[in-house]
Amino acid sequence: MLIDWQAFRLTIELALIVSAILVVGGVPLAHWLAFSQWRWKFLVEALVSLPIVLPPTVLGFYVLVALGSRSPLGRWWQSLTGHTLAFTFSGLVIGSILYSLPFAVQPFAASFSAVDRKLLAAAATLGASPMRTFRSVVLPLSMPGLVTGVALAFAHTMGEFGVVLMVGGNIPGVTRTVSISIYDQVQASDYASANGMSLVLLAFCFVTLAVVYGLNHAALRQKLRTIGTGQVS
Amino acid sequence: MLPGEQLKPASANLSINIRKRFSADREFSLQAQFEALPGFTILFGPSGAGKTTLLNCIAGLATPDEGRIVIGERVLFDSDVRVNLAISKRGIGYVLQELALFPHLTVEENAEFGLALLGRAERHQRVAKMLREFRVDHLGKQRPSEISGGERQRVALARSIVTDPCVLLLDEPLAALDAATKSKIIDDLRGWNLVHRVPILYVTHSREEVMALGERVLVIDGGRIIAQGTPHDVLEAPLQETVAQLAGFENVLDARVESVHVDRGTMTCRLLNGDASSDVVLETPLIRAVVDSHLRIGIRAGDILLATANPVGLSARNILTGHIVQLQRRDMIICARVSCGVEMEAYLTLAARDALQLAEGCKVWLVIKTHSCHLMQK
Repeated sequence: MLIDWQAFRLTIELALIVSAILVVGGVPLAHWLAFSQWRWKFLVEALVSLPIVLPPTVLGFYVLVALGSRSPLGRWWQSLTGHTLAFTFSGLVIGSILYSLPFAVQPFAASFSAVDRKLLAAAATLGASPMRTFRSVVLPLSMPGLVTGVALAFAHTMGEFGVVLMVGGNIPGVTRTVSISIYDQVQASDYASANGMSLVLLAFCFVTLAVVYGLNHAALRQKLRTIGTGQVS
Repeated sequence: MLPGEQLKPASANLSINIRKRFSADREFSLQAQFEALPGFTILFGPSGAGKTTLLNCIAGLATPDEGRIVIGERVLFDSDVRVNLAISKRGIGYVLQELALFPHLTVEENAEFGLALLGRAERHQRVAKMLREFRVDHLGKQRPSEISGGERQRVALARSIVTDPCVLLLDEPLAALDAATKSKIIDDLRGWNLVHRVPILYVTHSREEVMALGERVLVIDGGRIIAQGTPHDVLEAPLQETVAQLAGFENVLDARVESVHVDRGTMTCRLLNGDASSDVVLETPLIRAVVDSHLRIGIRAGDILLATANPVGLSARNILTGHIVQLQRRDMIICARVSCGVEMEAYLTLAARDALQLAEGCKVWLVIKTHSCHLMQK
């Protein structure tokens, strides 16, 4: 039995980078989705949610085309760096960000929306700027949603297959993730190795999610305690 | 109030002249023009009258369609010159009806929230003093969920007041409290106001609060200011029916003066059912009215006695027979709708209902004192 540890390292690295970028970029996007009153906002909401319904291969295909040397983006990148983004780790990161975007942004936006608007009004009348209100009222009260979003984005990236295959191909140490490695082993009829890697991935993802949801429960209990049952409305 | 504290000079007036229309499906617009001097101005009216919207416009949470909002020389809003100061820059203290204490912060942290620009030491000092003034200094480390309703109201007041606002807006801040707690907090607020003299707009629909606090009352209904003056002027001598209903007359009845008894100081009035006369006559206090003139009689539901047998030996002049149409429990009182030629509403306690074994359909006698009949022009 052969466990492809290199693929594991690569996948975790990918998932960590993608989650980090989704926090940095997803929080402002989710804030906009939660609070903007723009009449065409629903179009952006639909766009953000597309990766949930699209087959990963379709998404991967478009990302591949966009990153390739025939697209303006691909040409621009090529003129900058001398190579295309397709079949590179960076290309994989871009594809994964798009693929996992709704899994981070939707819980973020839902938890921001759930914060009582009266609290925001109170903060504003107490002189807080919108930025300070967000930092010291909205964010702390949205922690469970933030944690859920990050966990889902991380786990979703860990397990992705279609987009990775389309955009990254199968280059060991560069773009070969765990799921692709498992697929390879199955193709080569090496079921023992496929089984071993699948088990490791399954255990890893389960432990990650269990830890996150455990923390979230604790936070939620804390929140329920602070919000209380007898508050006058 | 701390002894020896210097009385500050009276601060600027708040002057308002705004119009705000609501969404097209509701034929409702708010139109308000008034000047609030330092001290309490009570906004009194039924829910949905536009009181909260008015406060929201002043605080900047809502934007009027047109008009001007000015504190002293400072323009907060002016549709003509397109001024609309940000909420956070208005310097207005606003205690929302829901209080909106931050649930993740302690009482101290809540109270410090509006003082972010001050240094740590001064922030602590001012908050400590304010929490002491509002008698919640022992709760500093608690969260809002861990303290009582009255304590939360005090913390919310302290949190707004500690920022030294130039206008204070209070939206039914004491609505959920028992009378004793309420009057203690009102005392504290009055004490603070003696020193700080800023305009305080206080929204309520409680008659008691109006009487306890009022220096000036604005009665608001349907988005308009329909009466203003001292609480006594506005509430004790009601002339307009809307005011009367607000002042707690559950029964407002049309009537015609049938005879005037100058010698007894009373009049006999026949109640009307729409345009038709009913069989019911009431003896009312004497006012300057001529026979056959029309007027309205307001009777508080709490002023009507119910009896299950024909009462004898009473000083009350009006004893009507009828039957109970509906018994409905509201909080700790029973509201009985009685038909006696016209329909009237009477309040009784749970114990009274049980003692009299009242039920819908029961025959009852209504007892109404002459002086419980309040007369209004029609």
